[in-house]
Amino acid sequence: MAAINITNVSKIYAGGVEAVKSVSIDIADGEFIVLVGPSGCGKSTLLRMVAGLEAISKGTVEIGDRVINDIEPAERDIAMVFQNYALYPHMTVYNNLAYGLKNRGTPKAEIDARVAEAARMLEIEQYLTRKPRALSGGQRQRVAMGRAIVRKPAAFLFDEPLSNLDAKLRVSMRGEIKQLQKRLGTTSLYVTHDQLEAMTLADRLVVLNGGQIEQIGRPLDVYHTPASTFVASFIGSPAMNLLRGTREGTQLHFGSQALEAGAMSALPADLTIGIRAEDLRIASAGERSLTMKIDYVEELGAQRLVHGTVDGKKLTAALSPEIEIAETIALTIAPSRLHFFDATTGKRLVQSPDASGPARQRATTLEPAIG
Amino acid sequence: MHRTKLFDHVILMMGVFFMVGPLLVALMTSSHEAADIHRNGLQILPGGHFIDTYTTVLTREGGFTGKITGLRMMMNSLILGIGFAAGKIVLSMLAAYALVYFRFRFATITFWMIFTTLLLPLEVRILPSYEVMNTLKLTNTYTGLIVPLLASATGTFYFRQFFKSIPDELLEAARIDGAGPFKFFIDVIVPLSKTMIAAIFIIMFVYGWNQYLWPTLMTTDESFFTLVRGIKQILLVWVGSNIPDYNEAFALAILAMVPPVMIVMIFQRWFIKGLTESDK
Repeated sequence: MAAINITNVSKIYAGGVEAVKSVSIDIADGEFIVLVGPSGCGKSTLLRMVAGLEAISKGTVEIGDRVINDIEPAERDIAMVFQNYALYPHMTVYNNLAYGLKNRGTPKAEIDARVAEAARMLEIEQYLTRKPRALSGGQRQRVAMGRAIVRKPAAFLFDEPLSNLDAKLRVSMRGEIKQLQKRLGTTSLYVTHDQLEAMTLADRLVVLNGGQIEQIGRPLDVYHTPASTFVASFIGSPAMNLLRGTREGTQLHFGSQALEAGAMSALPADLTIGIRAEDLRIASAGERSLTMKIDYVEELGAQRLVHGTVDGKKLTAALSPEIEIAETIALTIAPSRLHFFDATTGKRLVQSPDASGPARQRATTLEPAIG
Repeated sequence: MHRTKLFDHVILMMGVFFMVGPLLVALMTSSHEAADIHRNGLQILPGGHFIDTYTTVLTREGGFTGKITGLRMMMNSLILGIGFAAGKIVLSMLAAYALVYFRFRFATITFWMIFTTLLLPLEVRILPSYEVMNTLKLTNTYTGLIVPLLASATGTFYFRQFFKSIPDELLEAARIDGAGPFKFFIDVIVPLSKTMIAAIFIIMFVYGWNQYLWPTLMTTDESFFTLVRGIKQILLVWVGSNIPDYNEAFALAILAMVPPVMIVMIFQRWFIKGLTESDK
């Protein structure tokens, strides 16, 4: 158990490519932090620097009160779970779990006890004498987790551990990882490119883009008040609609169409407007609305994703399946649900007043939206 | 699916005939008397002197010094074959391990230099090698027979390719598990390479077993003679009358084939596995 402090850490590869640019994250003891971002954003590099598998070019990483920049991975008191499990193929499950402990000269009796405990926790007791080859993907992943658990490390590092599993198993393993982490209370750093995994697992998530932190926050805070257009489009599925528009008085103009948006005096005239698909609703008669020309419809069961164009701009709306759909529909949105971003920098401009409340019902529609 | 037709069988049977036929002729001929062979040529029927010919070949003391027996030559061949194969494996595994896992400067150039020597046969460097061994006073020793042949581009190349196919995460997991370079090699790399080792062992054993030129050059003392040399020697030295002991030459040739065949049969399963698949 320990806090991890990452301070101004950079990774500069030979040849001058800066994969991670001065990243600072303070992770509290027992916290579950998820690093999320598209491939190539530096999230794995950052994790591997914490693990000691990559040298830290600049900055410091502390685990507990120790600066671990120049300490061997084995001495850092961490355990890592890899995407492809990285189990030793020629060793039995028992030996896979015990190998790290043996190398540390742990007494045999204690190794036995710890392996038995981890195996019981992960329900892999009956496989201890098997080789990894004879296990399914999910079982292998459990063994990989077991190898981390037996060490009783200060921190768990997960490098996309669920990416090799099928969709259904991924959902159940996700739940297990979350519960296990809560039960053990071990500080965890988890890397994924899957925003859904990030949302469901994280105490706080860190959105990375191009080696820099875009936003750190609790999952719902990030979801409801994305700090930039990048975060807005990355977190949430379907991705937030981002439309270029202009402000004229209390109205937002999207090409030839316009919406009533209430008072927006502090905002510049040119804007990028963010609209969550599930915030759109069918406009009642006489209301100012956007007319969407429908291209195609995705049925997800619990909801229906309607893709179309408004004045040539792509828009997606998540509607209830009960709503009849014609070739065009009139959509509108509550002004408080609009997100405003700077048209050039993409930074968030104003906090929507009620957006940070965690108990908003629309968040519950997230799960089926992945389908 | 392809249905087996008569023609396919004909091809297979011809293969068997051409490959096994000569062996059978050698085996049958070796059971006749030398004079008989001299008069009537090669035989395809058993001749009734099987046991005494083979006993003679294995136990009779011959050569200039009258001390070297067939058994002794077989022993020498085995020592050469096994020492050669084992030494090559150890050396090329260590070389490949260094090339793949230690990022030292010029690693790629070093590898390609080693790889280029694949193109050069032993004969190219046989004189300098002999000179070195002679200066070190290692002629007429097993060390002199084996050590100069150990450096193996083929083995290094195979092991390098194999190590490269082992996922990096395994190394990383081992590092986090507290295994240093040596421990990782012994605990992970060697067990994973088992099938590869078997495959290389077979190839190298047979190669070492069949060496002729190098042993001929390196050894003048008859107690170091190998089987392959013995066969040649029979026709030159063991001539009692005017007729060479053809039967004994054939018997020795058959005996020379047995150990490689056995090695191949024992390691066959691993051999095929090692060259075709890997369980990682």
